[in-house]
Amino acid sequence: MALDDHIIHRWQSSRILLLGGSAGSFKLLYRIVKLLPAKCSKTVIIIIHRKKNFFSEIEKLFAENSRMCLREISDKEPIAINTIYVAPANYHTLVEKQGFFSLDVSEAVWFSKPSIDVTFESVAEIYKDQVTAILFSGANQDGASGLLKLRQSGALTIAQNPVEAEMTEMPQSAIDMHAAEYVLSTTDIFKLLETPPDT
Amino acid sequence: MPDAKESLTDAQLTELIDIVKKIHGFDFSDYTEASFRRRIARVMMIKKLEFYDLKHLLINDPGFFQEFLEEITVNVTEMFRDPAFYKSLHTQVIPYLSTYQHIKVWCAGCSTGEEAYSLAILLNEEKLLKRSFIYGTDINTEVLNYAKKGIYSLRKIKSYAENYLFTGLPGSLTDHFTMMYDAAAIHSELKQNTLFSVHNLISDTVFNEFQLISCRNVFIYFETELQHRILDLFYNSLCPLGYLCLGNKETIRSDIFRKKFKVINQKENIYQKIGS
Repeated sequence: MALDDHIIHRWQSSRILLLGGSAGSFKLLYRIVKLLPAKCSKTVIIIIHRKKNFFSEIEKLFAENSRMCLREISDKEPIAINTIYVAPANYHTLVEKQGFFSLDVSEAVWFSKPSIDVTFESVAEIYKDQVTAILFSGANQDGASGLLKLRQSGALTIAQNPVEAEMTEMPQSAIDMHAAEYVLSTTDIFKLLETPPDT
Repeated sequence: MPDAKESLTDAQLTELIDIVKKIHGFDFSDYTEASFRRRIARVMMIKKLEFYDLKHLLINDPGFFQEFLEEITVNVTEMFRDPAFYKSLHTQVIPYLSTYQHIKVWCAGCSTGEEAYSLAILLNEEKLLKRSFIYGTDINTEVLNYAKKGIYSLRKIKSYAENYLFTGLPGSLTDHFTMMYDAAAIHSELKQNTLFSVHNLISDTVFNEFQLISCRNVFIYFETELQHRILDLFYNSLCPLGYLCLGNKETIRSDIFRKKFKVINQKENIYQKIGS
């Protein structure tokens, strides 16, 4: 599927870019972090499945290669523009209508904490059609129902083409649930995200 | 497993909070909204209730409120959650605590007791438990009963033992438990100097003076203003130079409180009371 004006326009007018992924998504997310311009006029929120007690260099690796400001989310942290936020391990990340993040240690969803569903659903409720959300490779179906809720709320929802995904189940579940408005190749996803913001 | 489809309207949420406050005396109005909404949706899903049914039960069924409270509050906890925190407690705080004749510890929002017992184990391994006393408090009587028993499933103990391993402490978690079939009971010597009882951080006040207060992953459920009220309560409950431990994503941001608490460990959010 090629990129049409409609999808480009919706990406350009989004305030929030939501990225969710699990097994097989790290390299893609890394490339996205690298290619996003410093002033993309958006807030980027990344939820990647990660293990607790596993000293992780994700933030460090991402931060060293990002042109945007990048941080791991803290409780009650204000949601700022031109910043990439990474969801911390062993918490769910939620957003509040007053414009800040809140964290939650409640039960894992799909054996995952952070769960992509939890954050996607929360963002859908607050930011509705001001969101572009992309679901990448992963070995379980976390994220699919969150993506569906985003789509129902008017967000632009995209699944990575499962043919190209290292682990197909996550994007495939989203497609099966009709949660993804677009199914894009990784090349097209990068091309879309490289389109400069509306001026 | 997905959450309930339709969330409550703002008016419905306010109405619910009002009912709970007026009839049951619990004030949820300063809880962080997104997670509170999720908890309500969860109760409605588990108990298969519509908004009207939930309201009806809260008003007319006196026994229902306890069930509601148990589901609304998050009672997910672990022993030695965030091993790096315990490591830092061990190296940065315990040496100072050991200079006190009596060490009083308050574990606020203790849920099923895992954190209070983690502190008991740490103090015991440092041979300080005999002159320590640990108070575990929560608003929820059911979880406190669980905490008093100190019995956990083997499945949980296995994951707690893994946490313990990452703390780098010299012992082994299972040294402190007696295994029975598929459960593990904490040794009675670790229970001797602990007391679990009801305390509501929102409506109750100072009840003792402590050398250490641990309140981890409770503030995430509270709005900033309420957090400040409780920080005040903690400040007034600490002895001079007493320690306050918050969850490692619960940084004190307020300038007023940054003047009252010195940072001992920035990453793990360990603070020390200073000034007056």
